[in-house]
Amino acid sequence: MNLLEIKNLKMDFGKNAEALRAIDDVSLTIGAGETVCLVGESGCGKTVTALSIARLVPTPPANYVGGEILLNGQDILKMPNGELRNIRGGVVSYVFQEPGAALNPVFRVGNQIKESLKLHKPEKATNEEVIRLLKLVGIPAPESRIRNYPFEMSGGMQQRVMIAMALASEPKLLVADEPTTALDVTIQAQILELLHELKQRLGMAILLITHNLGIVGDMADRVAVMYAGQIVELAPVKELLRQPLHPYTKALMASVPKLRGDADRLSAIPGNVPRIGNFPAGCRFAPRCPMAKPECSEKVPELVEVEAGRWVRCPFWKTS
Amino acid sequence: METAEPISIAEAKFTLSPGQLFWQRLKRRKIAVAGGVILIFLYAVALTAGFVAPFYYDHLNTDYSFHPPLWPRLSGFHLIVPRTEAQADGFVYHELPNDTKPLHFFVCGDKYKLFGFIPASIHLFGTGDSNYPVYLLGADQFGRDVFSRILYGSQISLSIGIIGIALSFAFGMIIGGISGYFAGSTDTVIMRLCELIMSIPALYLIISLRAAFPPGMSSSEIYAMIVVILSFIGWASMARVIRGMTLSLREQQFVLAARALGQSHLKIICRHILPNTFSYVIVAATLSVPYYILGEVVLSFLGVGIQEPQASWGNMLSAAEDVQYLQNYPWLLAPSAAIFVTVLAFNFLGDGLRDAADTKSL
Amino acid sequence: MSLLEVKNLKVHFPVKAGAFSRTHEFVKAVDDVSFAIEPGETLGLVGESGCGKTTLGRAIVRLVEPTAGSVLLDGEDITQMNGSVLRARRRKFQMIFQDPYGSLNPRMTVEQIVGEALDIHQLTDSSAARQKRIAELLKAVGLDPIYAQRYPHEFSGGQRQRIGIARALAVEPQLIICDEPVSALDVSVQAQIINLLRDLQQQHGIAYLFIAHDLAVVEHISRRVMVMYLGKIVEMAEAKTIIREPKHPYTQALISAVPEVDPETKRKRIVLPGDVPSPIHPPPGCPFHPRCPIAEERCKTEVPSLQEISSDHWVACHLAKPN
Repeated sequence: MNLLEIKNLKMDFGKNAEALRAIDDVSLTIGAGETVCLVGESGCGKTVTALSIARLVPTPPANYVGGEILLNGQDILKMPNGELRNIRGGVVSYVFQEPGAALNPVFRVGNQIKESLKLHKPEKATNEEVIRLLKLVGIPAPESRIRNYPFEMSGGMQQRVMIAMALASEPKLLVADEPTTALDVTIQAQILELLHELKQRLGMAILLITHNLGIVGDMADRVAVMYAGQIVELAPVKELLRQPLHPYTKALMASVPKLRGDADRLSAIPGNVPRIGNFPAGCRFAPRCPMAKPECSEKVPELVEVEAGRWVRCPFWKTS
Repeated sequence: METAEPISIAEAKFTLSPGQLFWQRLKRRKIAVAGGVILIFLYAVALTAGFVAPFYYDHLNTDYSFHPPLWPRLSGFHLIVPRTEAQADGFVYHELPNDTKPLHFFVCGDKYKLFGFIPASIHLFGTGDSNYPVYLLGADQFGRDVFSRILYGSQISLSIGIIGIALSFAFGMIIGGISGYFAGSTDTVIMRLCELIMSIPALYLIISLRAAFPPGMSSSEIYAMIVVILSFIGWASMARVIRGMTLSLREQQFVLAARALGQSHLKIICRHILPNTFSYVIVAATLSVPYYILGEVVLSFLGVGIQEPQASWGNMLSAAEDVQYLQNYPWLLAPSAAIFVTVLAFNFLGDGLRDAADTKSL
Repeated sequence: MSLLEVKNLKVHFPVKAGAFSRTHEFVKAVDDVSFAIEPGETLGLVGESGCGKTTLGRAIVRLVEPTAGSVLLDGEDITQMNGSVLRARRRKFQMIFQDPYGSLNPRMTVEQIVGEALDIHQLTDSSAARQKRIAELLKAVGLDPIYAQRYPHEFSGGQRQRIGIARALAVEPQLIICDEPVSALDVSVQAQIINLLRDLQQQHGIAYLFIAHDLAVVEHISRRVMVMYLGKIVEMAEAKTIIREPKHPYTQALISAVPEVDPETKRKRIVLPGDVPSPIHPPPGCPFHPRCPIAEERCKTEVPSLQEISSDHWVACHLAKPN
């Protein structure tokens, strides 16, 4: 049994006539100890999908209209609130993009980590455990750091504290939503190294959301590419990066300048990322797709398993 | 080269400016709409006070001193007004039986000037006969109709509120904008000045400013003086807030872009910075008008504002100061109800404006 | 003659402490920086947060006042100019900003935003000519002119950046400082804007100072690249050279920190310890020495100067040797 199984999840914002579909038939599995990257641009639904795993999206305005989210076999969408609180932090932990915003500015860092411990492992809510966690995430001189306020720490340090808070309860799944986007490149390297190391040491699964294909290459075992609320491609990382099958994935990879690449004109994807509520009919990428045919705008293509473990949402994936 | 289209081209047949979006959001808030409607009504009545009021503000009639409120009655399909007469002692009135006159609309009555310059004598309602007066809210010590005087008083109070706000906010915005934009020593000097003004208790400042003016002034001079005094108190706190907003706005990249283009300081303040403070200013202005109205009320109550025989809510209330009067003739307090309704309406509207301006809320 | 010559530029911000604001310390945001840009060339500037690259860009455009040094544009020192003289010169250099949502006044229409540039310098003499010119500019950046009456909130991030570029183009500049113009955009839109900037450069011969933290983007668009650290330039060379043969340890770490798309490349990633130190108290000697993997005793006391170690390859490191 997989650790996490999202099956045909559908979620709207708003009701009835005003409903905007944010997550459209998304299916994703994560096995124990596996790292899955969810790639996509702004507005594609990757953040709300990740937040749904612990039912963190407030309902209303969100409205789950179909599918299920099975965490260790239990459906999160049907779970009563009491059990849900145990799951949050206990089985699934989150690390967010802006560490400065995610840490409470009026509490000391040590207290914030202790709060996380008190909720899930009260017998371990001690300063020693906090220091151990800070050491685990690579913060030097942790004994003095536990009395720091967040503003006294740099962005990289704050992110490490967030990771320590997330790890305090020994979760089985760590969901990291663009954890390094707000950080400098050298600090990003540190944080990615840290996540690597923790992955190996603690054997936890990671769902890493990013728009940076380089991070995907570094960290992922498998990759899911999202566009306009749908998963358009799902594959093991090596296969995806070596040979992407969906036109969007291909176009995305071709439009990103690579280090040591040539200086030719980038092949940009024309048009704009469609916003929720304005998704095109049929295949949502068709208006921008170089290979679009008339029938693409008529029917939404199905997500089809074309090889073992490789899924593509495009009937013309063979043409390249 | 790719041509890009704006996002919702199919839907946007016309452009909605930020102002129009704000207006749409405002209309959705029922309580603000209620406040707005009440205010429109009050201002419309104030504009046409001479017409709506059955009497001129200084129409005396000592036969009817302290007359209680007298409402027309329904008889068949007509409204009729009875005649009353005082008892021998005191100010108690009895109706004379079978002595009534019908109430007419658009009757001839006291002369007045509509909008201040059109001579007229038609009133909205009345009997047309001075022996059958209509005292909707009773009469005061001199037999003057309280309802009429409230209407004339509303002209003063409501207009002082608006003019005072307009003056002090215009001034406060300019000063605050300059202070925040240039920062440095300009900012320091201006802000200290503001703090000085704000630290003096308002009431004492108002009274001392009043004392600086000569005692015998014409009523329009007094009116102008009150507006000037109240504006002087009010601009400082607006200037402080605008200065704070300016300090952050001037770091915005669109302001930097204007500077990089070589735009002059004055134009940057007027075109880029101040327009982006409007949503705050509108809310603050609306929520401040009650203080200006109350400021005038206080001045007039203390006898240093609008003088008799002019009617103002403030000087009408000072006539009601005597506890004896209040016990026996409670209708003299009617102006306070008018003040209450006005202040409440402004607050409803202001709250709605604030919600509409806050784009983070739904 | 170079289009732009920056000589020994310093931007130091005083740090006021205490109730009577005695200035004790300075944030040395830009500390003795010199370089040149030729007409029509793109010079890339990379560095991490706090290195001073944004301050440098703004100082060149005089949005921030330089504390010392000179900025020569076509031989004229613009740091000495003021008033209407400076205003007239501003036509030669413009700036594009990072935040597509903050760089346009939300209360002005596109036509007003782009038109303001024309009005300040009186570049058109009739309202018909003005409208025509605005339409030309919008077309040049890939926007349909019928949207001139729209407000910024109706456009996407990429489109707003295009409006900002049209505004900068309106005065026909010879140099545009691009301060992280694509960092806040979606990945698929970044390429559009990068292509647009390159096309405009080919058509109009505009030089760019392209400031960014994304090395791949900078390498792609620039002919030469400078790397900044704590207010100083630590390396400057042609783009290909600096990426393939970096000589400064910071540049090497920066390049190795960039995550590679190709999972096969197993390279040794140089992970720098610690954080970037504060620009108020830069370390003595070489500013990079506390984090440098090869620092020696000399590095702790002597500030290295920018030396040309091979043809057009400048490095500020005591230990850098030519190939």
